[in-house]
Amino acid sequence: METVTTHRASGPPAAPSDEPILEVQFDDLEQQHEASSVGMWVFLATEVMFFGGLIAAYAVYRAISPSEVALASQHLNVGLGCLNTVILLGSSLSMALAVRAAQLQSRRNLLWFLAITAALGACFLGVKAVEYYQEYREHLIPGWNFQIPAQVAAKSSSLPLDPRRFEMFFVLYFFMTGLHAFHLIVGIALVSVMALLTWRRWFSGSGETQIEVTGLYWHFVDVVWVFLYPLLYLIDVQS
Amino acid sequence: MSAMAVEFKEDYLQAYRLKSWLLTTDHKRIGLLYMATITFFFFVGGAAATIMRLELMTPKGDVLPSPDAYNRLFTMHGVVMIFFFLIPSIPAVLGNFLIPLMIGARDLAFPILNLLSWYVLMIGGSIAIGILIFGGVDTGWTFYTPFSTMFSNTMVVPAATAVFIAGFSSILTGLNFIVTVHTMRAPGMTWFRLPLFVWALYATSLIQVLGTPVLAIAVALVAVERLLHVGIFDPALGGDPILFQHLFWFYSHPAVYIMLLPSMGVVAEIVPCFSRRPIFGYKLIAFSSVAIAVLGFLVWGHHMFVSGQSMYAGMIFSFLSFMVAIPSAIKVFNWTATMYKGSVRLDTPMLYALGFIGLFTMGGLTGLMLASVAIDVHVHDTYFVVAHFHYIMVGGAVMGYLGGIHFWWPKMSGRMYSELLGKLSALTVFIGFNLTFFPQFVLGYLGMPRRYYEYPAEFQVLNVMSTAGASILAVGYVLPLAYLLFSLRRPPDAGPNPWRASGLEWQTDSPPPVHNFEEIPIVTRGPYQYSPEGAEAIDGNGDDASR
Repeated sequence: METVTTHRASGPPAAPSDEPILEVQFDDLEQQHEASSVGMWVFLATEVMFFGGLIAAYAVYRAISPSEVALASQHLNVGLGCLNTVILLGSSLSMALAVRAAQLQSRRNLLWFLAITAALGACFLGVKAVEYYQEYREHLIPGWNFQIPAQVAAKSSSLPLDPRRFEMFFVLYFFMTGLHAFHLIVGIALVSVMALLTWRRWFSGSGETQIEVTGLYWHFVDVVWVFLYPLLYLIDVQS
Repeated sequence: MSAMAVEFKEDYLQAYRLKSWLLTTDHKRIGLLYMATITFFFFVGGAAATIMRLELMTPKGDVLPSPDAYNRLFTMHGVVMIFFFLIPSIPAVLGNFLIPLMIGARDLAFPILNLLSWYVLMIGGSIAIGILIFGGVDTGWTFYTPFSTMFSNTMVVPAATAVFIAGFSSILTGLNFIVTVHTMRAPGMTWFRLPLFVWALYATSLIQVLGTPVLAIAVALVAVERLLHVGIFDPALGGDPILFQHLFWFYSHPAVYIMLLPSMGVVAEIVPCFSRRPIFGYKLIAFSSVAIAVLGFLVWGHHMFVSGQSMYAGMIFSFLSFMVAIPSAIKVFNWTATMYKGSVRLDTPMLYALGFIGLFTMGGLTGLMLASVAIDVHVHDTYFVVAHFHYIMVGGAVMGYLGGIHFWWPKMSGRMYSELLGKLSALTVFIGFNLTFFPQFVLGYLGMPRRYYEYPAEFQVLNVMSTAGASILAVGYVLPLAYLLFSLRRPPDAGPNPWRASGLEWQTDSPPPVHNFEEIPIVTRGPYQYSPEGAEAIDGNGDDASR
């Protein structure tokens, strides 16, 4: 929604105007900046509740069937999950540097940092795709090709394990990581648009507000992963 | 400040072409778009209710072809009325129209987002109408699992989609209001000079922003379970149906306050104006709105006393539900105290507001009965519950909405309506409503379950009374539609402030100019500067003449 305030001049080589466009409902630029920022924070509050509902469902099933959840979690690739965490934290660093560059009006740095951010986001999605493919190969996708792995089936005859809860973990895993990936795709699109606007000098002003608000969103998507990673991957790493 | 040079002398209704409406970003026009939309949905939901009441006139099923058709009918009545009429009603119509005017702003913070939220509702609403045409849903508006995910062979997934999409409209509206109230207030418009309507909508917006996403997740999981046949909520597949109820009511109980809080805000505007008294206990009313929003998030379990949640959870949810009565009662007492020794005038908006106070009190007190675990177990899933929530949602929310429409109609259209017909409609609605729903309290207490197509013959007298009341109620709802539309044929004659009200919205023209104010006002006083002798102190120029 923050792109609402961006302004596109008619021709690509137009000189950047020094002042951002002031929308008619605002009194001054400071008010306009504040509204965009508060708007994004409120939107992120909505998003927290969105993931919160899922995490509540996860918590219920983890509480009522801890051993199945722990067993299922071992079928995830912790190494790739860890790699993805590093990638996403790195992208947050470069996003923070991009916001700083926008504030300093350093267009060259801004472009570079935006490009790095988007590229790291794409890397994350690539790694995630590899993981999904591995899970597909292991027949772990519920509703498509799910089969209880042989060693789990063997265990469940000796232990009181409910194989349906084992499958449930993967339902939640795909729903949560899928929703996160969707948010990341939106984030990459946003960052790319910001990079394009900067590159073609289509911002009126330096685009500081827009970059900052995009940054808030990006950091949020990153933080969601910081919660998902331990919740899904690190349940029972030792065994 | 260059943008301020773009001022229009014309009022906001001046362009008539369809495109100027469909692409408008003016909050006032978007409010009217919402008004047309929800009026349509109100009559769709009302038609479903009419057929249900006709069916229930006799103990045997005779109007509808099958019990299944009855199931689809009450489901569509609930889904349409709740998600496409009540939730958007006051926030999206009156809130959109009034918040910028009341806080002295030219528009909401995000006008394009505001228009988008209307289109999002239209998409969700179109799906809902499509479902209605192509066969319907039979789960009840609550979509309880595992019936909805595994057994119902009706259009559950499209219905879930419609609700999911409509939810985003609600979120975007709430987000826009929160940002607007935080950042767009006119100079001098401090938080404690905000009209109580704005406080009420601010609290409502908090619920919309924080509650709706949880409903979205709940219905999305229903769709996943239904489409992929994986166990999330169905116990046969290893799922937990109680989890669905928790997620669903985490939103759907606070949703009652999305419907009710704005009506309380409307009443807090109308009562001081027609009593010529400053509101009694301004801060208490303001904070009670926020308290209702916060406590409203902690009581969802009272819908699940017989669902198998733990006894201790039931006791705590029962206690917290009693707590909500405190801020609600604070409001009722303060409105009543405002009228004390005032010069009360019984114009149409005031009649609706008084009706609201009476019916809400009834609904609230029966709510306390239902919050007591023992009584709830006795009357659970009976008409007692149906009567209770209709006293809150129809007696409360709809009375408030109609009161607000009558109060601000001169501002929206620039026209007055026939006062005689207005009073007549308020009385008709009040009488018709009580005749419809009071017998249902008795029916429920005698043990008639809700959502049944047929019933034992001994319940017929009370059911006939209820149906007779519904037909009176229908007249009461059609009347305003007729005379309000008819008033548009006349030239604008209302003047800026026909009720001699003191809010900021009455200081600009009726209908207001495109960007609301010729010049952004500087606020130097609170919103309720009334005096019983005759409030000449307030006039249209925004100066504080009483000092």
